[in-house]
Amino acid sequence: MTGCVDIINTLAPCLVRAGWNADLANLLSLLLGVVIVATVPLLTVILLIWIERKFAARIQDRIGPNRVGPYGLLQSLADALKMLTKEDITPSGADRLLFNLAPIITFATVVLIWAIIPFTPLHIGADLSIGILYFVAVGSIGAVKVMVGGWSSNNKYALLGAFRTIALIVSYEVPMILALLVPVLMAGSMGMQDITRAQGGMWFIVVSPLAAIIFFVANLAETGRSPFDLLEAESELIAGYNIEYSGFKFGMFMAGEFMHVFTVAVLTAVLFLGGWWGPFVDQFPALGFIWLGLKTAVVYLFMLLIRNTVPRFRIDQVMNINWKFMVPLSILLILLQSFLLRLIGELGLRPAPEQANDLLANIPQTVVLLAGNLVLGAIIMHLLQRHGRTLREADEALAAVQGAGPGGLAEA
Amino acid sequence: METLNEWAFVGVFFAIAWVFPALPIIGAWLVRPRKPNALKRQTYESGVETVGDTWVQFRVQYYIYGLVFLIFDVEMIFLFPWAVAYEKLDWFAYGAGFLFIFLLTDALIYAWRKRALEWV
Repeated sequence: MTGCVDIINTLAPCLVRAGWNADLANLLSLLLGVVIVATVPLLTVILLIWIERKFAARIQDRIGPNRVGPYGLLQSLADALKMLTKEDITPSGADRLLFNLAPIITFATVVLIWAIIPFTPLHIGADLSIGILYFVAVGSIGAVKVMVGGWSSNNKYALLGAFRTIALIVSYEVPMILALLVPVLMAGSMGMQDITRAQGGMWFIVVSPLAAIIFFVANLAETGRSPFDLLEAESELIAGYNIEYSGFKFGMFMAGEFMHVFTVAVLTAVLFLGGWWGPFVDQFPALGFIWLGLKTAVVYLFMLLIRNTVPRFRIDQVMNINWKFMVPLSILLILLQSFLLRLIGELGLRPAPEQANDLLANIPQTVVLLAGNLVLGAIIMHLLQRHGRTLREADEALAAVQGAGPGGLAEA
Repeated sequence: METLNEWAFVGVFFAIAWVFPALPIIGAWLVRPRKPNALKRQTYESGVETVGDTWVQFRVQYYIYGLVFLIFDVEMIFLFPWAVAYEKLDWFAYGAGFLFIFLLTDALIYAWRKRALEWV
């Protein structure tokens, strides 16, 4: 614990020793903590937009922003300045209060999630004992902002986009919460620091890859990125719920969306990739920030790759994937995972508490859980393939009857 | 360890989080040009004039999905305490949790069989 690293945590006692009023010192350190935690995502989002645009440009065989600043790094700042000076149009008949509130809600709710992200073993905004529940609760406000924005715009496209988005967001929340149960089961706590600490021996993505995949995909849908971007659906709904927004309010929607994607990447890293765990983190807790950053970058780039290469689903497909595939799968996963955990406890394969961070002591338990996950995954994949074959055959039979070529109008 | 301070942090965070997005919007409100006219303020519908009211009744399908979601969302909250206390549970409590998840599955199967999950 070096003094300069830990200044955020020890500011209040320091000030008290220097003769400050205890309450005032406490409040000041609280405020400082809040501002620091909230500024991290704000600063990263400026960089993120640049990374995303460069990444998309490379995939689409373009160069991307390269005019403003070195390698176009200052492009986002230039865009922000431009948006500041843009005229802001409120459509006639719009509900003004809600119309102005929606972009603020969008941005604020994403910032709020950062209160529970553990950056290092020592640094976390608020180590709530119900961190997961807090994330779920705050994340749910995301549905409200879409409805507020879409409804208040007095625009049919916006309303249609909002309906679709709400259906999508609330649906995918079900498998997401079920997948969140797995880390809670493993760690025996809902606190984010506890969950991260419990991954000292083995990351949860190895223990339960299915849960990690379900959480990741569900969150992909929550952020409204391709292949789940039918809430934007440029070609049908123009832009979805934010169609009537212009100027900085539109910018806030965009920034909020970028930040949401990044927040999801951080959460995946914290919950399944071991968070701040990494070499030497015991000696230098501040290193945890770098490890977490690296893991987040990997997840984030993976999300960008998916966004730029996978085509969009149709709304009924999206709903079917969720309710008829992801939800049953996650329920099965919970049953399996809890049963195997109990079995492990009975057989004495669970590592002793003092060995919890030891890789070798964790191996027996991990092997059992991983095997269970893989078997379940294999069975599900097999069932899916069989179902797909049935659909295809029905398709072909129908096409043969109608005398049309394969891939006709049939949607079995 | 959790203290009251952690919750104070969340409280302050809730108060301040709104300021970050509100500031630039207010800043834009101060400097942006203001030349609205009736044509500009029309709602955008691909260049065609809007017909009828926007705030109409919506598809019943969304409502059904909302109901199914509500059932699951409320019930799943009860699973979290079960998962937290998992290590200390005896077989009976474990079985109760299992039964609870089973009932959840039952609800899903019922909705599925009733074709509530079809997009019509």
